[in-house]
Amino acid sequence: MNRIEARFELLKTAGKTAFIPYITAGDPTIARTREIVLALEKAGADVIELGIPFSDPVGDGPVIQEAMMRALETGITPGDVLELVKSVREASEVPILLFTYYNPILAVGEAEFARRAAEAGADGVLCVDLPPEEADTHKAALDAHNLCTVFLTAPTSTDARLALVAKQCTGFVYYVSRMGVTGEQAALANDLNTAVSRIKKHSQVPVAVGFGISKPEHAREVASMADGVVVGSAIVRMIGELGDTPEMAGKVGDFVQTLVEATKA
Amino acid sequence: MYALDELEQAYVSAQSDPEFQATLDSYRKNYIGRPTALYFAERMTEELGGAKVYFKREDLAHTGAHKINNALGQCLLAKRMGKKRVIAETGAGQHGVATATASALLGLECIVYMGSEDVERQKLNVFRMRLLGTTVIPVDSGSKTLKDAINEALRDWVTNVEHTHYVLGTVHGPHPFPLICRDFQSVIGKEARQQIFEAEGRLPNTLIACIGGGSNAIGLFYDFIGDENIRMIGVEAGGTEITPGMHAARFAGGVKGMLQGAMSYVLQDDWGQIGSTHSVSAGLDYASVGPEHALLHDDKRVEYTYASDSEALEGFKACARLEGIIPALESAHAVAHAMKVVPDMPKDDIVIVNMSGRGDKDVDQAMRFILPEESDKF
Repeated sequence: MNRIEARFELLKTAGKTAFIPYITAGDPTIARTREIVLALEKAGADVIELGIPFSDPVGDGPVIQEAMMRALETGITPGDVLELVKSVREASEVPILLFTYYNPILAVGEAEFARRAAEAGADGVLCVDLPPEEADTHKAALDAHNLCTVFLTAPTSTDARLALVAKQCTGFVYYVSRMGVTGEQAALANDLNTAVSRIKKHSQVPVAVGFGISKPEHAREVASMADGVVVGSAIVRMIGELGDTPEMAGKVGDFVQTLVEATKA
Repeated sequence: MYALDELEQAYVSAQSDPEFQATLDSYRKNYIGRPTALYFAERMTEELGGAKVYFKREDLAHTGAHKINNALGQCLLAKRMGKKRVIAETGAGQHGVATATASALLGLECIVYMGSEDVERQKLNVFRMRLLGTTVIPVDSGSKTLKDAINEALRDWVTNVEHTHYVLGTVHGPHPFPLICRDFQSVIGKEARQQIFEAEGRLPNTLIACIGGGSNAIGLFYDFIGDENIRMIGVEAGGTEITPGMHAARFAGGVKGMLQGAMSYVLQDDWGQIGSTHSVSAGLDYASVGPEHALLHDDKRVEYTYASDSEALEGFKACARLEGIIPALESAHAVAHAMKVVPDMPKDDIVIVNMSGRGDKDVDQAMRFILPEESDKF
């Protein structure tokens, strides 16, 4: 059992919901990202979703896209992100899920990427633009190193597709609660409960919900229905606004703590 | 995936629907102006002193390029699927204009995404689209060109898929887009086959077409793929030189990768970040190429080469002065390659060059290179 699975087990026993913040590695710098990861852990985050910057992040909205561009402008590579994970591991055992597009994996090679990710101390990979239909070799490579594979399901996913996604997911299934790309929303989708129970019919692993969650009241509401709550753009926006400053990580941690408290309430 | 499955089903059903095909045929004939001519380029043939050169005149299709073949087909499909809104990406503006045109014809709402740099470079086409009732949205992200316009169109599509169809303009993107676009474009080769029989009583020896995403090339090639003796050549944009960022010759400088839902040859760095590209022609200025071309390349069925910016400009000039045809800068890459290889071909050989579009949109750009002193006067 790896760190992500162990954390969900623990939460299940305690009857609690996971809080999963997303951040983009290297925004504003690798050193600051390390500070943010540690601050998020301190704030009570259960799994950190760590984005590997990609030049063409087609699944992301403007906030995360801009964060990726800022990170890429510093010259950061996927190799640097894995080094960062290694350096976090010197100080922390917080579960880390790498969020990436497929082409950087393909460029390194599926098996080699899995080997390096495991060696660095990552716990799983969410490859956002790889359809689970095409993911057999990708999953086998990650399985071989005991890394979780997380895929997305959407409101339009058919039962047949939910079954396939569930089969390919370890750790958790990620439910995209509305159509579109990542980004904050004023209100949540209203059929969330039905959607989560529909996925649960097919899935043995926990279900986390993301896309469009930005406020503690959203987190509280989603936590009552799902096993995990993912917040990305609201956090990334804050990092972008505060920029490369010494107090940034602490402030981000304070904000995330309010989301964690709402999730665990 | 749901949207792609839905699209595939709708397309398969439309293909076997005689009424859909009859409507498409009627628009092709009466609206696009098909069949387009297969023209014997006599003076160019004389000048080059080798094989007989024919031009397949897609530049004479309505809106001035082959793009309308696909745009109209897909807009008809959108209407059949009950989608009232279509979106499209555009680089040089030709696909945007074609989609705006088909939308006006069929009464669909149309949104076109265009890199803000291309908006600046192609003001005339932006204005044309607006005249046709389309909303043009400049895209400020990334390199502010075609690739970024596609990203933005994909984002729109996944958000609004219930009532929106994405009219992808080339044989790229996720399945079934490359297949749908190829089928709608394959009318080019079907006509050329019949026309060359009428003119020469036999099949051609060589086909030459430029390749950005690759839709005009696959359109010409597709019907001839089974004729093993026919040589086919795809001409990419060689830019200023084959070093990263200075060209768009994916087969010369790219490796296999996945971009925007398709696995193909991609210009990228060692870590899989997509590379920047350059070409004098906006329509060829793209980091990847249609996946079916990657297959034809690996099967060695089609040869892929490139023409540089300056060779393309020479082709542009020669075509204008010898034939009275101002080609699109994209098509000028195919002409440039023909000028390179035709002189060494036997005189009784036949070459068909796909004149994929007309060059009115490019006169501004071309004049800066070809007639710099005149250009200064404007």
